[in-house]
Amino acid sequence: MSNQQVEAAPTQPKVENPRVKAMKDFYRRLKKNVPALIGFYTILILVIFSFIGPWMLSADPSDTDVINKFAGPSAEHWFGTDHLGRDIFTRIVHGMKLTLGIGFASVFMGAAMGIPIGIIAGYYGGKIDAVIMRLIDILLAFPGILLALAIVSILGGNLINVTIAVAIYAIPGFARIIRGSTLAAKNLEYVDAIKALGAGDGRIIFKHILPNVLSPVIVNATLYIATAILTAAGLSFLGMGAQPPRPEWGAMLNDGRSYMRDAGHIAFFPGMAIVIVVLAFNIFGDGLRDALDPKMKK
Amino acid sequence: MSQETILEVNDLRTSFFVEGNEVKAVDGVTFDVPKGKTLGIVGESGSGKSISALSILQLIDSPGEIVGGEINFKGDNLLKYNDNQMRKIRGNQISMIFQEPMTSLNPVYTVGQQLREALKIHRGLGKEAGTEKAVELLELVGIPSPRSRVTQYPFELSGGMRQRVMIAMALACDPELLVADEPTTALDVTIQAQILELLKELQDEFNMSIIMITHDLGVVAETCDYVAVMYCGKVVEYADVHTLFKNPRHPYTVGLLNSLPRSDMDQEELEPIRGTVPAPHEMPVGCRFAPRCPFATDLCHEKLPELEDVGDEEQVRCWIYTDEWDGDPEVKVYEPEARTAKD
Repeated sequence: MSNQQVEAAPTQPKVENPRVKAMKDFYRRLKKNVPALIGFYTILILVIFSFIGPWMLSADPSDTDVINKFAGPSAEHWFGTDHLGRDIFTRIVHGMKLTLGIGFASVFMGAAMGIPIGIIAGYYGGKIDAVIMRLIDILLAFPGILLALAIVSILGGNLINVTIAVAIYAIPGFARIIRGSTLAAKNLEYVDAIKALGAGDGRIIFKHILPNVLSPVIVNATLYIATAILTAAGLSFLGMGAQPPRPEWGAMLNDGRSYMRDAGHIAFFPGMAIVIVVLAFNIFGDGLRDALDPKMKK
Repeated sequence: MSQETILEVNDLRTSFFVEGNEVKAVDGVTFDVPKGKTLGIVGESGSGKSISALSILQLIDSPGEIVGGEINFKGDNLLKYNDNQMRKIRGNQISMIFQEPMTSLNPVYTVGQQLREALKIHRGLGKEAGTEKAVELLELVGIPSPRSRVTQYPFELSGGMRQRVMIAMALACDPELLVADEPTTALDVTIQAQILELLKELQDEFNMSIIMITHDLGVVAETCDYVAVMYCGKVVEYADVHTLFKNPRHPYTVGLLNSLPRSDMDQEELEPIRGTVPAPHEMPVGCRFAPRCPFATDLCHEKLPELEDVGDEEQVRCWIYTDEWDGDPEVKVYEPEARTAKD
């Protein structure tokens, strides 16, 4: 074929931006999975509500009303009041931002550290890989909550340290997933092809391998947010995380623990809130995994 | 060599070290690529032809390693270059195209983005200048309506189109040498003919040298000026394409040609080369082809022949063409029926 035969570009019909198309396609597949969709919308509503909720409520989460302490759910106090007469609903709404914040921040930090570690281990292989992966194995040898507890005990108990502890605990998961995908991706022909064009390691790793190995990470991140929230709440429950009077859900659960028999609602509602958030992330993560899996494409 | 050569490969040796064993994939390969011409490297699977090509660009990954030899590109030994210098050569002066156009393009980037890569790496072209050049390149390789193609993803193109894109990527920086590793193996015959035709046109236009790696003698006849035949990591015969088809010397080459179906003769059945390729860890001490060679003598089994000049620009690695030959003297003048290479 010669150049003369090449016709001038005819006026093309407006091509849809492929990214938009991919997103639409993704949403179409997600839509088929009803629980995942419910999870997705629950998360969306919770995130929006965590921002506008505190602004809509007039009461302060730390306002005490000693006369009405231990009050059960009523029109005035939807979720009742706790042992100091604080409105539990107000506290849960204010605590939502903390809980979601810890979840997102720790997973983000964990991914930011785990992804480069994993991709370097996978790409370079050999001794670098062996050393990195043994360190990761050491981290993995500790049960999650124990590791987080140890880190928080060293750093001191506050919300930022809890976030860091949970993030460190998240590193091995990300590193291992990324390493595995990188091992597969680095032997693909397009990596050789780009190398043959003179690309350096940095360009190959971050521009050409990374985008191709991200989809399992996205799924893992979503599922991990649930674990992170649970771990953070657990630490607060043990008194290592959020300090009173912060309305953190784990801490609220701990407050309610002593009054379980007489005023179960104090522990019940924060507990329920944790369950709903964790469940939403889990079913959304599962649905996401199916929707991002090219094999499930129809 | 009577004419200017762009690449001289001397005694190139590339080995793979697996579980303490050395597997010599390329074992002392020597060939020249004349400027503006096409050298074909022919051989069966595992003969070391692809590894030779990858060695030229030093794209051998662990556990493989280039253990010796010289690769002189325009007079400079590339094996003395460091990583940085090599990167400046790759895609810029020497480019490579691969066998599988379906997987050689990154699925997450558009054709335009990928074409811009080499231009960005070697020429520092930005997005707009890069896109302009990308459109130009696509037009050059005969892709219709290139302006809309640059925004498409690889999965939206057919195999032949993708191979054209690969060629466009390889040509982005006007390389002087193009290494084509079985560029048409994965394509069907009509597309294959188009791609070969395209490569030929581009070669004439840019006075580019090509190393064409293939196991298809038809492709060799169609495109090459010179041919190196490889067997078990060694070049067994080097000749210009006409001589090779008309007067093959090495018994392996003769066997290869005899095993081809021919349209000008009535053939009851094809004549295969008997036996199998020896396993890499139990290479014969003598000539690698001796166990399968119909003329092999004790000498062949005991000592490895050298690649000797047997005529103008012709080399062969076979005892038959030396003074030491102790077998049937008739074999020396053995000539299969004259074959003519297709022009």
